[in-house]
Amino acid sequence: MNVLRLALRLLLRGSGAGELRVLFLAVMVAVAGLAAVHAFGERMQAALSFESNRLLGADLVLVSDHVLPSQLAFDAQARKLLTAQTMQFPSMITTPTRSQLAQIKAVSTGYPLRGQLRIAQSPLLSDSVATAIPLAGSVWLESRLANALQVRVGDQVQVGYSQLKVSAILTQEPDRGGDFFNLAPRLLMNQADIAATGLVTLGSRVSYRLLIAGDSNAVASYQTVLTKTLAPGQRLLTVRDARPEIREVLDKAAHYLSLSVLLAVILAAVAIFLSARHFLHRHLDACALLRCFGASQSTILQLYGLQIAAIGILAAIAGMLLGYAGQAVLVFILGQLANLTLPKVSLLPFLQAALAGWVLLAGFSLPTLLMLRHIPALRILRREKSSFDIRSGFTYLAGLAAIVALLFWQVGDIYLTTVVLIGLGMTLIFTVVLAWLLVLFAGWVATHSMGSWRQGLLNLRRRAGGSVIQIAAFTVGMLALLLLTMVRADLLDNWHATLPTTAPNRFVINIQADQVAPLRVFLREHHINDANLYPMIRGRLVAINGRQVSSLNYQEQQTQRLLDREFNLSYVNLLAADTQLLAGKTWQAADSTPQFSVEQGVAEKLHLKLGDRLQFDIAGTPISANITSLRKVNWDSFKVNFFVIANAPLLQNLSASYITSFYLPPTASALLNEMVRTYPNLTVIDVSTIMQTIQDMLNRVTTAVQFVFVFSLMSGLLVLYAGLAATRDERVVETALWRVLGAQRQQLWVVQITEFTAIGVLAGMLAAAGATVIGWALSTYVLKLTYHVDALLWLVAICTGGIGVALAGILGLWGIARVPPLITLRGN
Amino acid sequence: MTIPVDDFILRVVDLGKQVQVNDTVLTILHPTSFDIVRGASVAIAGASGSGKSTLLGLLAGLDLPSQGEVWLAGHALTKLDEDGRAKLRGALVGFVFQSFQLLANLTALENVMLPLELNGVTAARQRAQDMLARVGLTHRQQHRAQQLSGGEQQRVAIARAFVVQPALLLADEPTGNLDMETGARVIDLLFELNREQGTTLVLVTHDNLLAARCSQRLDLVAGRLV
Repeated sequence: MNVLRLALRLLLRGSGAGELRVLFLAVMVAVAGLAAVHAFGERMQAALSFESNRLLGADLVLVSDHVLPSQLAFDAQARKLLTAQTMQFPSMITTPTRSQLAQIKAVSTGYPLRGQLRIAQSPLLSDSVATAIPLAGSVWLESRLANALQVRVGDQVQVGYSQLKVSAILTQEPDRGGDFFNLAPRLLMNQADIAATGLVTLGSRVSYRLLIAGDSNAVASYQTVLTKTLAPGQRLLTVRDARPEIREVLDKAAHYLSLSVLLAVILAAVAIFLSARHFLHRHLDACALLRCFGASQSTILQLYGLQIAAIGILAAIAGMLLGYAGQAVLVFILGQLANLTLPKVSLLPFLQAALAGWVLLAGFSLPTLLMLRHIPALRILRREKSSFDIRSGFTYLAGLAAIVALLFWQVGDIYLTTVVLIGLGMTLIFTVVLAWLLVLFAGWVATHSMGSWRQGLLNLRRRAGGSVIQIAAFTVGMLALLLLTMVRADLLDNWHATLPTTAPNRFVINIQADQVAPLRVFLREHHINDANLYPMIRGRLVAINGRQVSSLNYQEQQTQRLLDREFNLSYVNLLAADTQLLAGKTWQAADSTPQFSVEQGVAEKLHLKLGDRLQFDIAGTPISANITSLRKVNWDSFKVNFFVIANAPLLQNLSASYITSFYLPPTASALLNEMVRTYPNLTVIDVSTIMQTIQDMLNRVTTAVQFVFVFSLMSGLLVLYAGLAATRDERVVETALWRVLGAQRQQLWVVQITEFTAIGVLAGMLAAAGATVIGWALSTYVLKLTYHVDALLWLVAICTGGIGVALAGILGLWGIARVPPLITLRGN
Repeated sequence: MTIPVDDFILRVVDLGKQVQVNDTVLTILHPTSFDIVRGASVAIAGASGSGKSTLLGLLAGLDLPSQGEVWLAGHALTKLDEDGRAKLRGALVGFVFQSFQLLANLTALENVMLPLELNGVTAARQRAQDMLARVGLTHRQQHRAQQLSGGEQQRVAIARAFVVQPALLLADEPTGNLDMETGARVIDLLFELNREQGTTLVLVTHDNLLAARCSQRLDLVAGRLV
């Protein structure tokens, strides 16, 4: 009890000391950063998934070729999950005068579980949210189906054996998906009517879906169960499968958040290391004194261990509160952006963060503590330099191992953590070597020159160990901040490029050849200049290199489905200038040799390579040519694109319909009505809802990414402070001695500025080099972004390093030069 | 391990200390033997570098000899491990240092309480307050060490040393950092307490006047007792 009381008293009395403050703040920032990012990350991921699940109509979808056992839905309901079922199949819909192939979707009550259906009373009237599914006996038609059948709301259509009444025009279906062009127009009906239609019999090609939604943990656990029991012909869909561009955004954002946490923790670890080391050096005499008074090693250990533990507990509590505030601020910022309903924050990330903070603190302070207990009492009589620094190398290894393990556990991104740690490790080794060389060089320069500034350089050499540690700490601090800034800029550029605000949001299909010229004029007259019209010809891939193609020869379901349907082929005189060719070369307009250019992804799926001969069946006409190039296509751009493009001579004589896409500002929607009135056969597909969802998500993630940076910045500043504090005591005494020897204030400043600038400039250079290498590795191998070499980065790093460190150093020592030297030297 | 004759607080037998500096072995203390009886006041005198502090360190068990033995109240210091020696010091030895060695962040009272608390003494506060009153610093007990003058700091250090009622008090140049007048008052205080508590006082000094006030004097010249 006495020891505890004594420990708390020592802590309380020493709480004003810089190193304890840094120790406290470093643990607090690490805990706050981890808690905020994890708590916010958890909530944001949940909210974003919820948001994006609107595009799936559910949180999880089980798709099957066969009727799904009703037990599955019961199981899901038993887990307090919502369920709905749909069936999809193509069928002819007829009226007394017309018929049209439609994609029928029969849905059960509750559909959709996420997102909304929107309906209108006529294609030209404004739509509203549907509160229920079509009543039994009625159907909702997509406008192009209503146009094709020439029916209006209130008319009857024949679906199989049933006569059903058209009760609305379907304007929006959340889970329509991105595959607009291969689908026949939609007819939505009530599942209760299916039996009467007689359309679904044994062997019918029906896709059955079980939609599941609810609490994210319950969904995840049911997903695990379902994954294990998937029968042949069944597969699970999550939004990640449904929309690859969203998956990419979420993955990259998750990587960035991980990187921020990782660097914030590393920075906090550096700050803890510096302040724990400082703490050790400050308490050497006190420990020796306690040994004189008869304190045993275990008493010393308890005395200082309890102080560290108290700091850990208080800092963790403060960190958790700050973390809570941090994530609340984030939620507030995001709340301003959009009406995003975030799930409740859970306690787990906070407890994990506190635990991580303690590992961090223990990792770097326990080795220090263990050394404190070995302080020889004789130190009090004779000021001998102890041999701690050599031994400390080994003791810190254990702490370092604990922290590396912590990073892998907390960051949960093995690849990214490995890249950053290896990069950082290499930079540190390089830094230490170079810093030693610089320190020696500075000493050499100083001995061969005159003036106050040479004393600054001499200081570097005199404090060689401290200088190297300072340079290394500043390097790590600046490297982390540079890396985050750089990667953030690349990420934001990438997202902005992925989906500019004027990305096409309307597709028009079914344009006939004779309508191409007048439509072009029509669009141009209405200020839509970016609409390119592409011919589109449907053809089935029948042979590769003369060998018959069958979907059965391919393992992947996606590849099988690709081959079971028709390809949309197009042709051009010349490939667009911005085409990214991965292999082969583009064709010349004059070249009449038939050739294909194939998208890289599809080429991989079908194992195609340059020179392979593809044969398509286009409405009974066989067409074949060799592959002369492989292209990369950015499907996220929402521009019209094709898996297979031919050169014009190969396909131009076949009849084709045309397709275009363009950006239509929200205020110009009346234009579409005019267009459809003029060209009634055109089908307009509106992707603005999907795009809006993605755009919103990008905005939110971008804000989150910016905010998380703040925590890293705080840690970075702490490192700077701790680094400066590390040699402050020594500088204070030195400055006083200089004053005693008659140094002018200006001379003192020159000495300090020279030393700090040299440290800052070197740290800046090393940080820029490290950030460049790690940034390149992260962009290339983890984030899959195009890496840009940034010469400005070096300039910024060197300038902010030199000026920033010098400025911070001067501020730190500002008061010292004013204090009468005697007061300093008397230790007051 | 004890020896039967217990009138001696310290018995020094053939005690010597050598250190290796690069390739040379330096003898800091040549083998020497002496006894100190309980309640005595002993001055270890000598010029700077004569080995005074080394001898003091060895007597307190702060350092280990290269040869010989120190018996402190019947315990052979070299036979004890570091924790054993610390325990013995806690029970028997008080220290006063040239540079006071107060913990700067603690108040005068807390500094005096420190050795009592380390030894698990209850009523540490009361005893410390009494001791501070004895050295005339009641009005300064809530001041931090760094707010005190040199003389006051040394008086706090003396209070801290005597508060545990040590059998042996070791003082290393206790007036070295003080002016003559203050130094004299501090020495008076040391001797008074030495008498009151029956403590054995061993002090290192190069002040002949001070050495002359002691009942026993050990002169060191270049590591040899003369």
